[in-house]
This record gives sequence, structure tokens and C-alpha cells, in this order.
Amino acid sequence: MKEFDLATTTVRELNQALHEQASDVTEKEWTVTNPKGSHNLAVGLDAPVNVAIQGHAGYFCAGMNKSANVTVHGNAGQGVAENMMSGVVRVKGDASQAAGATAQGGLLVIEGNAGARCGISMKGVDIVVKGSVGHMSCFMGQSGSLVVCGDAGEALGDSLYEVHIYVKGSVKSLGADCIEKEMRAEHIEELTGLLAKAGVEEDPAAFTRYGSARQLYTFKVDNASAY
Amino acid sequence: MCGIVGLYLKNDKYENKLGELFEPMLIAMTDRGPDSAGFAIYGDDVTGDWVKFTLRHPEEDYDWAGLTESLTGALGCAIEWMQNANVAVLKLEASEASVREWLGVNASDVLILSAGQSIEILKEVGLPENITSKFNLSRMKGSHIIGHTRMATESAVTMEGSHPFSTGSDLCLVHNGSLSNHNRLRERLKREGITFETENDSEVAAGYLTWRLNNGDSLQTALENALKDLDGFFTFTIGTKDGFAVMRDPIACKPAVLAETEDYVAMASEYQALTTLPGIENATVWEPEPATFYIWERK
Repeated sequence: MKEFDLATTTVRELNQALHEQASDVTEKEWTVTNPKGSHNLAVGLDAPVNVAIQGHAGYFCAGMNKSANVTVHGNAGQGVAENMMSGVVRVKGDASQAAGATAQGGLLVIEGNAGARCGISMKGVDIVVKGSVGHMSCFMGQSGSLVVCGDAGEALGDSLYEVHIYVKGSVKSLGADCIEKEMRAEHIEELTGLLAKAGVEEDPAAFTRYGSARQLYTFKVDNASAY
Repeated sequence: MCGIVGLYLKNDKYENKLGELFEPMLIAMTDRGPDSAGFAIYGDDVTGDWVKFTLRHPEEDYDWAGLTESLTGALGCAIEWMQNANVAVLKLEASEASVREWLGVNASDVLILSAGQSIEILKEVGLPENITSKFNLSRMKGSHIIGHTRMATESAVTMEGSHPFSTGSDLCLVHNGSLSNHNRLRERLKREGITFETENDSEVAAGYLTWRLNNGDSLQTALENALKDLDGFFTFTIGTKDGFAVMRDPIACKPAVLAETEDYVAMASEYQALTTLPGIENATVWEPEPATFYIWERK
């Protein structure tokens, strides 16, 4: 196990050492101590390594992650796992705004609550939040899934494309073109798989599904003259 | 950008170390605001008919002794005073209005940074570390303190445009964000008799609160009205005589984090500013909700 103490080394040195694993994994297990809210921790990883951050992380932690398994033993600041491509990012505490923004793949698990705009413009990532999410979550979400075991704030799924949203608790309000949808067998199956993958014990049947009404983004031939 | 920080002590355990605990918090926000910095500290209260002023003159060798002599001679009141760099703290057995009036007529080059029974505001252009050392923040004692590091966006980098802004007796405001309707609102407030020193948007927010409070709003009602009337982005921290309040706009673009232990409540733009506080490892740390009012006050 490789230990990086950020009281004595820099974030740049940490990230450089992690990036060097991309060509050849020489060290599988990494632990980062004294993160003290530093920004850009474990950003741009491209190797199947396990990184444990022992404390609170700042902005953009595990951004652009590929293949790596990053766990934050604390809270994460804005933009955790933004633009993640693959791998797993797990936040044991709360995440601030824009968690998983634009992420294209992989799994993001937030064991506490997520702030506003969780999964904004997500493009394929699966996000599982054990707590609640803030307003404008999944805004312009294109694909992937967002599972919320608590409640959702205002304007959930505004201008939504094809993300599958599952919420167990209440939804303060739905955004434009986001509607409640029927929970069919294939959705129970998908949700069961997501919960299992995230290690979250919840009854899939207790969730409600939301999705796009497909009135905003789809091309309508009646509007052809407008283009 | 800008950084804001606040520290409110729930008991007297750290009162003698308030400045020492707060200095690294303010300096940690240098990246968010290297243009100017300031803080409002509450403590060393005066009581009864006494009032406390923080006054500033641009020159370090200004004749404060001469000013206080003339002032007490004219008002016939008792005084205690001390100088800190180019700022003086005056405690007077007089009404706030009479002191303001005398200063306006006889010392128009002296700027009133704050007035009240507890508050002292100190602020200056430059790096936060220069300002904290200039005013010897680490030696200051008190019950609570709020501060600001500024990265100017809406108006010039000047001492007058730096935060905190005084919003009335023992009240002040620090702001992270930018207001989009400040010009029109400033004109409206001028008609209501509120005066402004700068073109700064945050000063309009301060003036707005002063106006609401003058018209009988409680602090909470004034802030609820601010949510309706202020257009733009803001995280506010408001210092009051007995504590502080935190409020974010409904969109919540500007960051904020709160931490609480049995001894204190701390607020910062980023968690990085809280890492030097005692017991922070086990503090409850959370992000304040948008359009929600948080207040801590000693009763």
C-alpha cells in the first residue's frame, strides 16, 4: 500500500504518481491522508487502482476518472467525479453541487446527501444517492441512471433527455418535460441491479420512476419550417 | 469569486483565542480573494449609554489625540480610545447620532467603519495576510467574527469597496457573489434616504438591509425580503451583536460550508478554511440549503 500524506506532499505530486500507474500498475492500493479539503484530488486517473481519501475533499475530486476506484471517507466539494468515464467513485459523507456532472460512465455512490444539480448533463454514468438531492438535479441529463433513496429538490430532471430517474422519497417539483412514469418489470430489474452494484439495501418497488416526456428535445415535423 | 469566513463561539472557551483561530481561516481564502480583505470582530462591549466607533484615516500619523480632545470637548462626554495602525477605536458616553453628526461636520476626512456597542470593522486593500498582520488580528479577543477576502468583479479595488459593510448599529454584511439589479435598487434606496460611498453591488445589499431594519423589520424578515428584492448570486454572512446569520440565494451558485462542534459554529466558502480549527475532524460539516436562513445568537 502506498500512502500519500498531503501535509508533507502536494496534490500535484499525488496526481502525478497516480497518473504514472496508467502505463503499468505497480501499486494497486493507495491511501491519501490529510486531504484537508484540497481541490482536484485524484483527478484524471486512468488505471484500475484503489484510492482511499481519508478526510474531506475539495472541488472536482476524482474528476475524469477512468477505471479507478476512488473512495472519499468524508464529504466532497463541488463537481465530484465530474466527467467520469468509468470506474467507481464513492463518497461516504455528503457531496456538494454538481456531483457527477457530465459523467459518461462508471458508478458514483454518495452515501450522504448530494447538493444542487446532482448529475447535471450526465451522459451515461449511474449515480446512486442514499440521501437526498438538491434542486435542478439531472438538468439536461442525457443517459444513464440517477437513483435517489431520499427526496429530490425543485425542478428534478428539467429539460431531460433519456436518463432513468428513480426516487424513493418525495419530489419537490418536476422540471420542464420531466414526468412520472410507470415502473415496469424491466425498470425493477434495472433498479435492483443498480442498488446491488452500489451496495445499498432498499426495496426497488418503493421507488417511483421519472423520465422525459420527449416533448422538448424531439424533432417534430410540424416545426420544420422553423429551422 | 471572493471568500467569506465566520466563527461564532458558543461558550467562552476560545474567547481569548478568537483572533488566533480566525487568522488562518481568512488567509486560507487568499486564492478566492487577493484584492482586499477585512473582518468584523465582536467583543470588548460597551454598555449603557456608551457607544463604540471604529474610525479610519488614510494617514498612519493622523492626530487621533487631537480629534478625540475636540470631540469630547464639544460633546462634553467621557471617552476611552486606542489606535491600531491607521484606525482608532473610540468608546464614548454619548449617542451614536451626536458623534456621527460631529464627525460629519468637523472631521469629514475620517471614515466611520463601524458603530455599535460591540462591533469593530477593520479592512484594507491588499493580501489577507498583510491585513491581518497590520491590525494584529491574532491577538484579538471576542465572541464572534466574520471576514471577507475580495476578488473584485463589479467595482474598483478600493478600501471603501472592501468588506465587511456596516449595515447599522452592530450589524455588518459580507457577500460572495454579484448582484444584477444593484443600480436600480441603489437609486430606489437613495430616495429612501440611504447614502452610498461606492458603486459596489454589495454595499447596495448592505444599504437594503439597513433600510429594511430602519423600517422595523426583524433581521429574519429583512433577509426574507432581501430574497425577493435582490436579483443575482449571493452567499451572505451577516454579523449581529449576539451572533451571525448565513443565507444563500435560491440558485445557490456561490459555495458555503458550515461546521459545528459543542464549542463553535464556523462558516466558510470552502472547507479548506476550516481545517485549522480545534476539533474540526469530529465536527458536523454540512452545506447550507439554498434560500434558507441560518442564525446563531447568544441569548
